[in-house]
Order: sequence, then structure tokens, then C-alpha cells
Amino acid sequence: MSTVTAPAPEAKRKGNAPETSSRSRAENRLGQKLVAPAIFVMLLVTAFPMLRALYLSVFNYALTAPEDKEFVGFGNYVTALTDPLFWKVTGITVLYMVVTVAIELVIGFIFAMVMHRVIFARGVIRTSILIPYGIITVVSGFAWQFAFSYQNGFVNSWIPGMDLQFNWFGETTPAVVAIMVSEIWKTTPFMSLLLLAGLAQVSEDMLEAAKVDGATWWQRLWKVILPNMRAAIMVAVLFRALDAYRIFDNIFVMTAGAVNTESISFLTYRQTIEQFQLGMGSALSVLLFLSVLLIAALIVKLFRVDLAQARQE
Amino acid sequence: MAAIDMKNIVKKYGDGFPAVNDVSIDVADGEFMILVGPSGCGKSTLLRMIVGLEDITSGDMMIGDRRVNDLAPKERNLAMVFQNYALYPHLTVYENIAFPLRLAKADSKTVDEKVRAASKTLELDEHLDRKPANLSGGQRQRVAMGRAIVRDADAFLFDEPLSNLDAKLRGQMRSEIARLQKKLGITTVYVTHDQTEAMTLGDRVAVLKRGILQQLASPRELYTNPGNLFVAGFIGSPPMNFLPATVEGNIVELPFGKVEIPADKAAKVAGRGLLIAGIRPEAFEDASVVDQTRQGSTFRAKIDQVEWLGNTAYAYIPFEAPPEVLEQLQQLERDLDGETLRTQLVVSLDGSSKVAEDDDAEIWVDTSQMHLFDPATGENLTIDLERAGRVPALEQGHDPAQQAKAEHEVADQQTAAAESADG
Amino acid sequence: MRKLGTAVGCVLILLWCLLPVAWIISLSFKSQTAITNGSPGFLPKDGDGAGWQNYTDVLDNEQFRRAIFNSIGISLIATLLSVIIATLAAYAIARLEFKGKKFVLTMALAIAMFPVVSLVGPLFDMWRTIGLYDTWPGLIIPYMSFTLPLAIWTLSAFFREIPWELEQAAQVDGATSWQAFRKVIVPLAAPGVFTAAILTFFFAWNDFVFGISLTSTESARPIPAALSFFVGADPFNRPASLLAAGAVVSTIPIIIIVLIFQRKIVAGLTSGAVKG
Repeated sequence: MSTVTAPAPEAKRKGNAPETSSRSRAENRLGQKLVAPAIFVMLLVTAFPMLRALYLSVFNYALTAPEDKEFVGFGNYVTALTDPLFWKVTGITVLYMVVTVAIELVIGFIFAMVMHRVIFARGVIRTSILIPYGIITVVSGFAWQFAFSYQNGFVNSWIPGMDLQFNWFGETTPAVVAIMVSEIWKTTPFMSLLLLAGLAQVSEDMLEAAKVDGATWWQRLWKVILPNMRAAIMVAVLFRALDAYRIFDNIFVMTAGAVNTESISFLTYRQTIEQFQLGMGSALSVLLFLSVLLIAALIVKLFRVDLAQARQE
Repeated sequence: MAAIDMKNIVKKYGDGFPAVNDVSIDVADGEFMILVGPSGCGKSTLLRMIVGLEDITSGDMMIGDRRVNDLAPKERNLAMVFQNYALYPHLTVYENIAFPLRLAKADSKTVDEKVRAASKTLELDEHLDRKPANLSGGQRQRVAMGRAIVRDADAFLFDEPLSNLDAKLRGQMRSEIARLQKKLGITTVYVTHDQTEAMTLGDRVAVLKRGILQQLASPRELYTNPGNLFVAGFIGSPPMNFLPATVEGNIVELPFGKVEIPADKAAKVAGRGLLIAGIRPEAFEDASVVDQTRQGSTFRAKIDQVEWLGNTAYAYIPFEAPPEVLEQLQQLERDLDGETLRTQLVVSLDGSSKVAEDDDAEIWVDTSQMHLFDPATGENLTIDLERAGRVPALEQGHDPAQQAKAEHEVADQQTAAAESADG
Repeated sequence: MRKLGTAVGCVLILLWCLLPVAWIISLSFKSQTAITNGSPGFLPKDGDGAGWQNYTDVLDNEQFRRAIFNSIGISLIATLLSVIIATLAAYAIARLEFKGKKFVLTMALAIAMFPVVSLVGPLFDMWRTIGLYDTWPGLIIPYMSFTLPLAIWTLSAFFREIPWELEQAAQVDGATSWQAFRKVIVPLAAPGVFTAAILTFFFAWNDFVFGISLTSTESARPIPAALSFFVGADPFNRPASLLAAGAVVSTIPIIIIVLIFQRKIVAGLTSGAVKG
């Protein structure tokens, strides 16, 4: 709409100036009142349980034997961090994250380029790309598990020279590949839509100017398009990486953690919900939370992601 | 309908930055008042304080005989046209115009009558069922005005209403607004940065710079008797020329030679050393086409460039200025949102003049129209106070040097703020 | 050349998106006997077709019907509540200056990144203590808090796009703050609210971790959890075609929403990520 423009400069200036007039005091009160319910709900389900997890993590506490609850200090953490299983699981989780995000970035970018260019059938393409996004992850997991199955699937027969009796879920590497395929299939659309929005920010004029300046297609991509999409790419990578690190649904459905495909989320889940080891599970929860923070910090630091941009400020 | 009286209005933001600084303007009942100035001069802030969208730090805002400082916008009974029109995109033109009436719970018969009357005045009849998104810029502008006129508001406020229109439409809408205001006879405050709008529309014009009122006068008074360098440079197009000048007796020495000025002007500046002379382009003429009986002086200069427009021709003559004058002129240029590329004289010549580029032409100047300014304070030393409206800086109790200093401090603050914002 | 590339790209995208969907539909028509005996291949072989049998079996299954009912009910309630709360918060964030705004934004961002699994343990414990375990509210509350960041995010982007002047114009026209909000902002924000609602619904519909951890019976178990626990006799050879039929049923609402609201979803997904 052409009636839309930025607010008046006066309105903007409000930002750096805490006025003390009655108007701004009323505004302050109203603002706090309006966000209060949201804060309450968000804290109820995160802050409180997180504090509880911190508390439980220093006990040896199993729901099956609550009377044996015993303070162990950092014992659970020491046990976890000195157990090779923990490091193996963390390693495989990082592998899931790095591989899926890298592949999604490439495929997502190609998809975004195609969607950016396509004029005819734009609606059909966008509708189709939303289907994997909307589908339940569990359903995606089933679909791919059955597709890779040698008993009822089609993948073995579609890959030339493949042993028709090959069991993808019999050992680690193929099982991990199958899990990654499901994960990538389901989340690439989200990536490509984020990248498409970034691509729309690159002005046509700039590309034409680059063309006139004699840049080849490849040079335009690397020297004009990608640098100008930096923010969008980084936000997409950050979101997806944190999401991928928490991978759980696909593993649960496709292998149930068998043949060393377990992720850190899955290990935590198994400890708390399946084995009722709330003490150890809580310690793992805290470690999982800390590792997510660490990854977020690393990505922000390494790629200098502008969070203000992500927050639209 | 009501008069609007602003008394010592101050607007300070949290960082102490005075966006509006001790401004007093009295708008008479039915008067068309223009607030004009370059961007950041506080004119929009002042308007938003009148309407109640911005708090007033100190001073009194009177509408009629009510002090409205603490009233909400809805209690002030004013109508406003926003820069971007602020039409409600989800409502039709009809409902947009009817919006204030609906809020006032008017019955549908009254609403219909008033909306139809307004749409007739503004020639919007055939667009009543359309949505704002489907209208042209000029039509949107008229809808915004329609929304203002359906109410029996005490005053109209316009915030740069024509700045989003193209040049031709702007001219049309300008006369439209003038006609409408005359017809309704309603008190109007109109904010603009465009001096043509200021000159053509206003009964009186308030010129603001960095939150300080520079001069409040009729357009003619502003043009012929600017209170200081800023007003002189802001009003008029092409702008007034500023030249370094030294006065000895009745003789003024300009970069191009010596000219004689009337004795009364000379008396006001006797013994002041280096000054800035302000001469409007049309005070010059090609000596060969001037009626020889007219008063004035002539000088010779080399013409750098000529722009011939048919009825007139603009000739450009570069000159050198001493550093103290140059500095003042550069500051002025910044105040006016401009950029000085070089110091040059612009003279407006008659269309029949044959002066060409690189000519060594003889130029005539009407020195009675020359103003002389103090280079330190920018004050107009040759002002005719009888015909200059109000110049707050020259009123009793005001020291122009003090004011200039205050303004420079604000300017430094602004620059510093801009720099820190960039960094 | 360019056109050809784009066309090939389009075909690839369509294959990528639709092939697995086609596969699961095809699988849902394989008969259960064929699955038990092994029936590789994309399409059902001659004689392996089941017609609508798997669908009737799934829909006749009481547990599955309950799961559908739970999922719809829980997702809708969570969406409704989440969107109402998010609308208030987003309006405040986009339009008002108040202390603690940064805090809300930071918290929303933090929660968006939160590893859900690390909360499941303590929540499991808490919910059992206060009796929310295996109930609808026991899922609605976590769904709300995990969809709030996304909803606040999307909505504040929408609110920011509404020109600030419209609200001021309404006030000058004689509206109170509440009237300005109700008559001008709400109608203009409605599409944004709707988009946020769809995204919230998708999240709740898709959730798995809470669904399997915080429920134990069919009284609150949602579809994804029900599907995953639908094991059949042989855990190493699940009733694939039956599951496929269930999966297709659970996907139908998503496909309907996507078909109708494609534009809004794309706008909502991208609005928060890149400033326009």
C-alpha cells in the first residue's frame, strides 16, 4: 500500500528518551500490563522447570525409588561427562546438525533461486513447498523409514546397482543417512522460504549494474547476491542449526536410537521418561541446554549474526 | 472556530535536546498560519503539540480560551491532515470521511448529509465506494481533507500535506487548499518545508530553525525585510545572494567593485567593518536593458554561465570570499539543508538580455534592495522593523549574539548525536 | 537457457515436495498381508492393493479417533489462547515504549531456541505432582509457551507494518485509545493474527516430544504420539500400510490449510526473519 511509510521522526526519537510525562508513564504501565500474560506463560513452562532441573540434577533420584533420593553434588555431571557414551552421542548430534544444515543451505538456496525466478505457477510451487513444512515430523519419519525399508520400500530398487536386500537400519552409517534424509526433506522448505525472503531484498538494479560492470553469473552470485543476503542466511542457519541440534522425532520413529543413531535429546529423553532417572536426566537436560547456548553463542560469534536484525529492530 | 495561542512552548526530549525552544505564536481566528523551516526545525513537533500527539514540556497551549496542554487529542476538537494522509485502508472512501462522525455517534442521516456535502466540495462523488489503495495521490489527499471538513473542528492542521504529490498536482492542490480555507474561513496551521507553499498560502508565516522562532510575518514582509541571514536565505527562489561587503560612508565595496547605497541604510551600519551583503537575484539587471533613469549602481564582471529560460535568464558569476564570511555562509548553507559547492553570485536578467557565457558584462544593481547582515550573529542590520512582523531575536531582552551562540550549541549537539548514531 | 533451468528447477522442487507424499499415499493402499509378506516397490503390485481397507481400519480404531480428537482440540485451544496473549504482547512491543521490552524480546528469542527435551523431565515431574499429567491442559500450557515466541514475532512484524499515523489520525478524529485499537488496528492486523494462528496450529499439531512424555493414555495423547506407539504385533515389521493411512489422515488438515492460506503462511514465516 502506498500510504504506508515510516513513522514520523518524532515518533522514532521516543526510543532514546525515557520521558517522564504522564503520557509516557501511562504508556509504560500499559505496555507492561499487555506483556505480563505472555511473560507469565513463558516463564511457567521454562524458567521454573529449568530451575527444578538444576535442583534435581544434583540428586541421585529415580522415580522408581523416590525414597532413595540422595544428594550427590556434581556427581551426575561427572558421570555424564566422563562417560564415553555422552561424547559419542554429542558427536553424532553435531554430525546431524552440520550435515543437515549444510545440505539444506545449498538445496534451500537453489530452491529459493528457482522460486524467485519462476513467474508461471508460482502459487503451485509455493503451496507444494509448504507441504513438507506442514507435515508432522513423525509422518515424515515413517514415510522415509518405509521408503528405505527393504521389505516394503522403493529406495533400494530405485538406486542402480543397489542390493535389493540391503537393510538401511542394520548399521550406523546408512541409518544416519536415512534419518538425515527425512530431516532434510522436512526442513529444507523452511530454509528456502527464509532465503527467498532474503533474495527478494537484493535489488534488481544492483544486479543489472553488476551485469553492466561485466560480472559473470558466478561473480554476481558471490560478489553481489550472497553478501547482500548475509543477514538472511545467517538467521536461517542459526535457527536451523539450533533446531537440528535438538533432533529427536525422526530418530525416535525411524530407529528408536538403535545402532548408535541416538542424539543427545534422545539420550536425555530415555533417561528421564523411559528409565525414570530424574536426577541423571536433569543433569543431561542442563548439559543439553548449555550446549544449545554454546552453539548459539558460537554461531553468533563466528558469523557475527546480527540478532537485532533477527528481532526486527 | 477558535484562535490558537502558543505561549513560550518548549519541547525537550529525555536527552535534554530542545526540539522546540520557547516558541510563542498567536494564530488569530480564521487565520492561515504557516510553520516553515528546514527538516529538524521543530515545525512538525510544534504541530503535533497543538493537536495533542506530543507532550508539551512547558508553556501554554491555548485553543480559544481553553488551556489544552493536558487534554487528549480527542478532546481538542481539531482536524488534521497527515503527511501520508493516514487513510484507513480497510474502509471505503465514504467510511473514511464518515469516521469522525461515526465516532461521535452521529445518526446515519446526518452522516450521509455531511459526507455527501464534503464529497461534493472535493469532487469525490464517484469514488465514495472505493478503497484508498485504489486512489491516486491527489484523490487520497482530497479524502484526507474530506475527513477533516466533515467535522465542525475548531481548526485545521496540515502536516506537509503536499510533499508526496508530483509537482503539477502539488500546484493544483495548493490552490484547492487555499480556496477551501477561504470558503470555510477556518483557523488553519500548515506545516511545510516548501517556501513556495509558505509564500502562496499563508496569511502569516512563522520561520523556524532548530526549534527557535526566527521571524513571524506576512510573506511580503519576510521577503522584503528578513530578520536575519537564515530567513533571508530560506525565503525566495533562487535564493538571495550573500557577498562579503565593507562599508565606507555611502559606498559598499563588493567583490566586483564599489556600489553606492542609500544614506539611511549606510547610517545603520556605519563603522561595522566587514559585513555580509544580501541582494536578491532580481535586484540585478543587464545594464544595457535598464532604463537609465532608475536609481542604482553598475559594475563589470565576467559571466561564468548563463541559463536562459525565455522570460528571464540567470547568470552566474563566481567570487572569492574571506574566511570569516565563508564560514558563516557554509553554516547557513547547512542550516538550509543545502551544500555549498562554490561561492557565486546569481543574477536574474531580463529575457531580452544578450549577455552570454564568458562575456565581460556590465551589471546594474538596485542597491535600495540590499540588506546588510552582521557576519557574527547573522542579524539584519538594515531591517525596517515597521514592516518585518515579529522578529523575536530583535525584541527587547533578547541578545542576538546570545541566541546565535545557543543555536550553535544545539547544532553541535545535533552533529554529535548524528555522529554517535552513525557509529 | 535461463528459462530451461528454472523449469527444471520447478520440476525438481515439485518432485522433492510431492514424491514422499505420493509414496505414503501409495503405501496406504497396500494391503496388510502384502506388507507382512514384504512388498517392495513404489506402487502396490497387482493383488497387493487394499482399496480403502486401511482407511476404514484406521478410522474404526477407537484409539486413533481419540487421538485425532485430542490433537484437534488441544491444538485449537492452544492456538486460540496463544494468539490472544501474543496479540497483546506484540502490540505492546511494536507500539509502546516500556521498561522490560528488551527482556521480553530476549526471553522470546531464548525460548525459541530452547531444547524442548531438557524441560520434559522436570515438567513430567511437576505435572504428575499437580495432576496435569495426561490431561489436555498438561499439553496446552507447554504448547502455548513454545508457540508464543513465534506468534509474538510474527504479530509484531505485522503491527509494525501498520502506519503509526493511522492510530494518531483516529485519535485526532475523536477516538479513545481503545476505539483506535478496535476500529483501526484490529481490522488491519486481522490477517496477521490469522497467519500467526496458522503457524501456531502447525507447531501444536506437529509436536511430538511433549505428546509422548506428558501423556500415558488415550485421554490426551495426540496424533503424532499415537502413530508412533501404533506398533502392531512385530516391532521390527510395523503395520506400515495402516500407519501410512493414519499418516495421510493426519496430514489432510495440514494440506487443506496450506491450500487455502498459502500466501499468508509464506508471509508469516518470512516476516520475522528479514526486515522488509
